Amino acid sequence: MADFETPKFREYPVVPQIKSDVMAGKGPFVSRAEFDTDLGYPGELPDDWKEKTLDKMQDLLGRYRSFQVFMDSCIKCGACTDKCHYFIGTNDPKNMPVARQDLLRKVYRRYFTFAGKYFPKLVGAVDLTEDVLDEWYNYYHQCSECRRCSVFCPMGIDTAEVTMAAREILAHVGKAQKYSNQIIQKVYKIGNNLGLPGKALKGILEDLEEEVEEDTGVPVKFNMDKEGCEALLMTPSADFFAEPHIDGLIGYGKVLHELGITWTVSSIASEAANFGLFIGSYDNIQRVSMRIREEAIKLKVKRIIFGECGHAWRVAYSFLNTLAGPFDFLDQNYPVPQHILEVTYGALQEGKLRMNKEENDHLTMTFHDSCNVARASRMGDKPGGQFDIPRAVIQAACNNYVDMDSDTIKDATFCCGGGGGLLTDDLMELRVKGALPRMEALKQVTEESGVTNIAAICAICKSQFTKTLPYYGFEMDAIMSVHQLVSEAIVMTGSEQEKELDGVGDEEEAKESED
Amino acid sequence: MCRTLFESPTHCIKKFEWVSNMSAFYALLFTVAFLVLVIGLAKKIIQYSRVPAPLKIPVTPAPLTKGGVAVRLAKEAIMFAALFRSNKWTWLFGWMFHMSLFVVLLNHLRFFIKDVPLPLVLLQNVGEYAAFTMFIGLTGLLVRRIFVARVKYISAPSDYLWLILLMFIGLTGIVMRFISHTDIVAVKEFSLGLLTFNWQSLPTDFPLMFHLFLVAVLMILLPFSKLLHIPGLFFAPSRNQVDNPREKRHVAPWAMELDAEKNKMQPK
Repeated sequence: MADFETPKFREYPVVPQIKSDVMAGKGPFVSRAEFDTDLGYPGELPDDWKEKTLDKMQDLLGRYRSFQVFMDSCIKCGACTDKCHYFIGTNDPKNMPVARQDLLRKVYRRYFTFAGKYFPKLVGAVDLTEDVLDEWYNYYHQCSECRRCSVFCPMGIDTAEVTMAAREILAHVGKAQKYSNQIIQKVYKIGNNLGLPGKALKGILEDLEEEVEEDTGVPVKFNMDKEGCEALLMTPSADFFAEPHIDGLIGYGKVLHELGITWTVSSIASEAANFGLFIGSYDNIQRVSMRIREEAIKLKVKRIIFGECGHAWRVAYSFLNTLAGPFDFLDQNYPVPQHILEVTYGALQEGKLRMNKEENDHLTMTFHDSCNVARASRMGDKPGGQFDIPRAVIQAACNNYVDMDSDTIKDATFCCGGGGGLLTDDLMELRVKGALPRMEALKQVTEESGVTNIAAICAICKSQFTKTLPYYGFEMDAIMSVHQLVSEAIVMTGSEQEKELDGVGDEEEAKESED
Repeated sequence: MCRTLFESPTHCIKKFEWVSNMSAFYALLFTVAFLVLVIGLAKKIIQYSRVPAPLKIPVTPAPLTKGGVAVRLAKEAIMFAALFRSNKWTWLFGWMFHMSLFVVLLNHLRFFIKDVPLPLVLLQNVGEYAAFTMFIGLTGLLVRRIFVARVKYISAPSDYLWLILLMFIGLTGIVMRFISHTDIVAVKEFSLGLLTFNWQSLPTDFPLMFHLFLVAVLMILLPFSKLLHIPGLFFAPSRNQVDNPREKRHVAPWAMELDAEKNKMQPK
C-alpha cells in the first residue's frame, strides 16, 4: 500500500533525535496551470522568477504585520523545536517550526536586512535559488498551519503565518499545490470542495429526510436553496456523504428541527471549508467567503450557522465579519456566525433538548480538539469556550467520557496530521507520520481508561483519522462526529424514541426498553 | 593615574594625549551608539506599527478586552509564560539572564543620575550579584545551544556570538566590581559628561575599555539583529489582538480598498 513504515509508538514521549533530510523530496503534486489561472496565479515558473519571488515577499512584508515581525523576532531559543507533530513523527529537523520558518527567514535576511546583505554567513542568510524554492515547496507543505508551535513561542511567532506567506509567494511563481487549488476551483465552479452538483446534493438531502423519518418517525427537513428559512447552514461538503461526517449532519438536522429553527443549505455555497486560508491568499479567502454573504442575502435568512469543520470555523469566526461583513442584515440577537455546537449547547443549558444518554452507553468517548477551533477561534462568550462547549455537549449525550493527556488537548492539542491543505493521498506518508502524537495519546486512554471512540468537530480530522487510525491498530470507525453522539441520544418530540421511553407506544417495545 | 609622570615627563605627556584621544573616541562611540540604537529601534517600531494586521489572528484562548491583552503581554514580557510552558531549562536560564540584566541595567542608572535616589542605593547591595546570575544564565543558554542537537541545528554563528558578547560584558563587569576596581567616580564623570556633551576623560584600565566597547557594539547592532525580539514581542498579532471578531468588525486599510473594489452585494 505504501512504501514507508508507520512510526512505532514511543515508550515515553521522548524528544526525537534529528535525522537530517529524511523528508526531503519534491513535495505534493504541483498544481496545473488550468487550476491556477482561475485563482489569479501564473501557473508556471516565469523567467524572472527570482525578481517576482522577492517582489512578492516584499509585498507581503508590507501587508502582514505578523509576517514582518515574525521574520525579525525569532531568537532561536529552541522552545518550538519539539512541538510540531510532523517533527515528532518524521524526525526531519526542517520540520522543527523554527527551522521551517528559517527556510524563508534566511532569504529574508539576505535581501531585506543589513546584516544578511553584508554578513550573510554570520547570520545564516542564503541566496535565493531554484533549489531554495523547491525546498520551500517541499517543507511548507509539511506544515498543517495548526499553530501549536505559536502557543509555546516566547515571541508568539506563528509558523502558520509564515507557511501561508511562503505558499502565497510560491503560487506567484507557478509553484502552487494541486490539491488545494483544484479544490478552490471546484468551489468557484460548482459550489463545494467535492464538486458535488446541486442536483446530486438535493438527492442526498432527500434520502436523509427519508432515513431520519424512518428511524424516528419525525419529518426532519433537510432543505436546499429554500428561501425564507431562519438559518443558512454552512457545513463542509464531506458532511453530505462521508462517514462519520454525515451522521453529524443528521445530528444538526435533528437539533435544529427540535428547536424549531428552519434551515437550508445553499447549492451555490454548499461548502463551509475555505481552502483560501491554506494557500494564504487573502483574495481567495475573501472570494470564497463572499458566497456566504451572497447566499444569505439571496435566501433571506436571519442567521448563519456553521457545522463541524475546524478551519472553516476559524475563517467564519475570525475572518467572516472582516471579509464579507458587515452582517447588519441578519438577526443581531444571535452571534454572526454561530457554531452548531453553540446552538446545541445553549439549548441544552435551557433544557430544550431531551437526551437519552443510555443510547451511547456502549461507548467511552474522548475528544480530539481540532487545531483551528482550539487555537484560532472561540465558542460561547468566554475564552476557552471552544474546549468546554464540545465536551459539555458530548457529556450531555454520553455517560462515559475521558480526556486524553493534558499536554495533547485544548490549546496544546496535536493536529490530526492532515490539516492545512495536506489531506491528499500524495502526502500519505507525511499524514501517517504526523498523526503519531495524537495516536499515542489515544492509545494511552484506550489502555488506561477503556476509551473506545474519539470524537472530533472537523471534517478534515474525521477524514484523516478514518485513513490513519488503521495504520496504528485502531478501527477506522473509532472516529465519530460530536453531533453523531447527539443524534443517537436526542429524543425528539413525537419521535419513536420518545414513545419508547415514555411507554406510550407499542407495549412490547416499551417492555423491551425497560429490560 | 600616571606614576610615570615623575619618571619621564615627555612620555607622560604623550600618554595624556593618548588618553584624551581614547576618551574622545569612547565619548564619540557612545554618542553614535546611542543614536543608532534609538533611531534604529524607532525606525523598526514605526515600521511594525505601520504594517497593517488585516485579519484577526490572536492565538486563542485570547483575552476579550484590551486590559486582558495588557495582562497577557505583561505575563510574557515579565514571566516568559509561554517559554515556561515550553521548556523549563530554557526558561530557567533565559529568565535568569534577562531578569539579572534588568537589575544590572538598573544598577547602571547610577552612572547617569547625579544624586542617586535611595531605592537605587538599596538595590546596589543585592544588585551587584546580578552579574553572576546573568553570567550563569548565559552559560546555561550557551551550553544548551552547543549540546542540544536540535538547538545546535538552528544556530547561526551570530547566535553564539551574541551569547559570548553578553558573557564578556558580564565578565568584565564582574572583574571591575570584585577584582580589579576601576575608578568609578571618574567613570561617572565621563557618563554624566556624555549626557551634557561635556566630554570627560575616562580611566584607561583594560577591563573598563573592553566592557564599554562591547556595550557600544551591542547597542549599535541591536536594531539590525535578532535582538529586535524586544519590540517584536509586543507587536505579535498572535498575542496583542483582542478576541472580538464577531462583535467588532476588523478591517485593515488595504483590505478596505479591496472591499470597495469588490462592490459587495447588499440586501434589497
